[in-house]
Amino acid sequence: MNLRKFFLIAFKDLRLIFRDPAGLVFMLLAPFALTLGMGALTGRFSGTTQLGISQIPLAIVNQDGGELGKALEDIFTSKELSDLVAAQILTDPTGARALVDQDKLAAAIIVPEGFSQSIFTTESGGNIVAVEFYQNPTRPTSTGIARSILDSFLNQVKIGRVSGTLIIQQLLASGAINPQQAASIGAEVGREVVGNASGSASIKLNSTTVEGSGAKFDILAYLAPGMAMLFLMYTVSFGGRSLLVESRAGTLARMLISPTNPGFVLGGKGFGIFLTAAAQLIILIGGTSLLFRLSWGDGRAVMMLILAAAFGASGWGILMAAVLKTPGQVAITGSAIALLFGILGGSFFDLSMLPEWVRKVGMITPNSWANEGFRILSMGGQLSAIKTNLIALLVMGALLYALGTILISRRGLVRK
Amino acid sequence: MGTMLEVRNLVKKYGEKLAVDDISFDIREGEIFSLLGPNGAGKTTTISILSTLFSPSAGDASILGYSVTKNPMEVKRLIGVVPQEIALYDDMTALENLNFWGEMYGLSGGTLKARVKELLEQIGLADRAKERIKTYSGGMKRRVNIAVGLMHKPRLLFMDEPTVGIDPQSRRAILDSVKALNKEGMTILYTTHYMEEAQELSDRVGIIDHGKLIALGTQSELTAQVGEMDTLILHLGENEDPEHLAQALKTLNGVLQANPSDHTIALVTPSAEELLAPVVSRANELGIKIHSIDMREPNLEAVFLHLTGRALRD
Repeated sequence: MNLRKFFLIAFKDLRLIFRDPAGLVFMLLAPFALTLGMGALTGRFSGTTQLGISQIPLAIVNQDGGELGKALEDIFTSKELSDLVAAQILTDPTGARALVDQDKLAAAIIVPEGFSQSIFTTESGGNIVAVEFYQNPTRPTSTGIARSILDSFLNQVKIGRVSGTLIIQQLLASGAINPQQAASIGAEVGREVVGNASGSASIKLNSTTVEGSGAKFDILAYLAPGMAMLFLMYTVSFGGRSLLVESRAGTLARMLISPTNPGFVLGGKGFGIFLTAAAQLIILIGGTSLLFRLSWGDGRAVMMLILAAAFGASGWGILMAAVLKTPGQVAITGSAIALLFGILGGSFFDLSMLPEWVRKVGMITPNSWANEGFRILSMGGQLSAIKTNLIALLVMGALLYALGTILISRRGLVRK
Repeated sequence: MGTMLEVRNLVKKYGEKLAVDDISFDIREGEIFSLLGPNGAGKTTTISILSTLFSPSAGDASILGYSVTKNPMEVKRLIGVVPQEIALYDDMTALENLNFWGEMYGLSGGTLKARVKELLEQIGLADRAKERIKTYSGGMKRRVNIAVGLMHKPRLLFMDEPTVGIDPQSRRAILDSVKALNKEGMTILYTTHYMEEAQELSDRVGIIDHGKLIALGTQSELTAQVGEMDTLILHLGENEDPEHLAQALKTLNGVLQANPSDHTIALVTPSAEELLAPVVSRANELGIKIHSIDMREPNLEAVFLHLTGRALRD
């Protein structure tokens, strides 16, 4: 009986929020309009490529002279990436940077001399020569994409280096090789890894789609989740606000006076926030799929990410209701948090443009995990590729719901 | 008649402030019991404790033997509450509100449908049931607010100042419905700061002030406490000084009490008619202008005045 009331309260809240014209504007109309507007600005609808995400103009200055520098060149000039990236090989780093400064290039990747050598020969914990990524701040999307390809390559190299070190250590420990042989074998293992990296599935955009066909990066697949998550935070603050509105209006007291366990009343309110958030995301994702012919990727994985994102975000809604005193405070704070989370979570621009510490702070936002998950899926990733994102969002939601419930009980909203 | 509600030494403290100060009373099955007192006297807090919403700081209360602190679920099934505020969803229709609250009280299917229909007819809103609450007048909202409290046919109904802020016609309709519900056998605890309502409705009255129950009994028992005293209420002009005139009137023969407040003075006297001429004469001597004078025979307001030295509306 109590469970029935739990759902009754949640569906009542869902119905009420969809009857609120102001709520609908924020929940649905605004994210559609912003996605549409930003899509138009980036050339998604005009077919222009100047600001779009095909043929990203890049320069690669390879001063390395080793296998890794060559492998990096090969990746950016590969046939698989030829639609997405227009890479030119230059020799002068200063000239390449100047072209970026003149807005003729989105970015320049400068591989310094000795890069490969530093990877192959430096012992674990030693210094590695850094690759320079010189980016054009006026082209955040393009530089973000180029940066992500470069990151994929460097990650693969890092994995190879760690694997090589481990193999050498084990061989040395077992007595299979002597220390004099370690350096040459280590270099050989490293070369093997580079060979894998240059043909690696992890950096080939067209090799991981569900149907096996090439997945093309769509700017809307970048913008739409960002906008959906931004406005999702507004929605959950509306939801949290409704708890305080009901407390003031006397309807919360009326529910608590009815023969219903107070825990189910509070749970029903929390579930109502989650339901509203999930409904908003489903409508936005369904809408953008139909209106913009946007492919969000594997349907099952997208649905799981929607539910996890709604859960993680609604936890913040509950926490706001628990901490703030009045519905007005929740509305103001909710708007501020939505904007802040939008910035920290990558709803407005690519997180790679931000300093490392800001990116780390951004991990407390549901936006960051969800945006990344949606992008992975839209570029052909499967459920397994977003496992960390799902776990992070679910843990976030569970912790915030638990904390919010404790604070609400202490505050006497349920029983004074 | 058995006992419906027993309240024993109930206390509610907020920090150092005593909102309810050691009150005890019983309500018998089938009676209308009024808690009469000014705003802030502790009426709503008392109802909130009795309806299990607030925990008492001390003491307990039981409804048909079920303790409000130990058996809240059983208590909740027995009671209905009509809160002072309009606790409804403005963006839902009256029909949707009644359905929602009916389900919260465990009604479903045909029983719920029939009960909602019956209540909508009783409150005269069957033809407007599908309109949203926000389009209703204050009086119509009040009627739906009451109907929600009656959804599950409670044995004991708490009505917390149900006539605040509504027009006289709606007020009359609500008072009549309280009487009708009581005739059907429902026990009612009614709180008000309107003396007339308590007088019209109640079998017994508890007078509450500053969280304390200062008097309890039938109306005749209560008015007997002030004897056969009349009350004269003098309404003064805005610029007049009621303190000054009250001091002067205390010296007149037959004046037992002279209590000044905002632009009024309440005089307690064995005979209002005999005192009328000397009062007017004394006011003229002092150059104080009296706008109007009310004469009241012994009533609950006089009891309150007698017990507290203040008028109920203060």
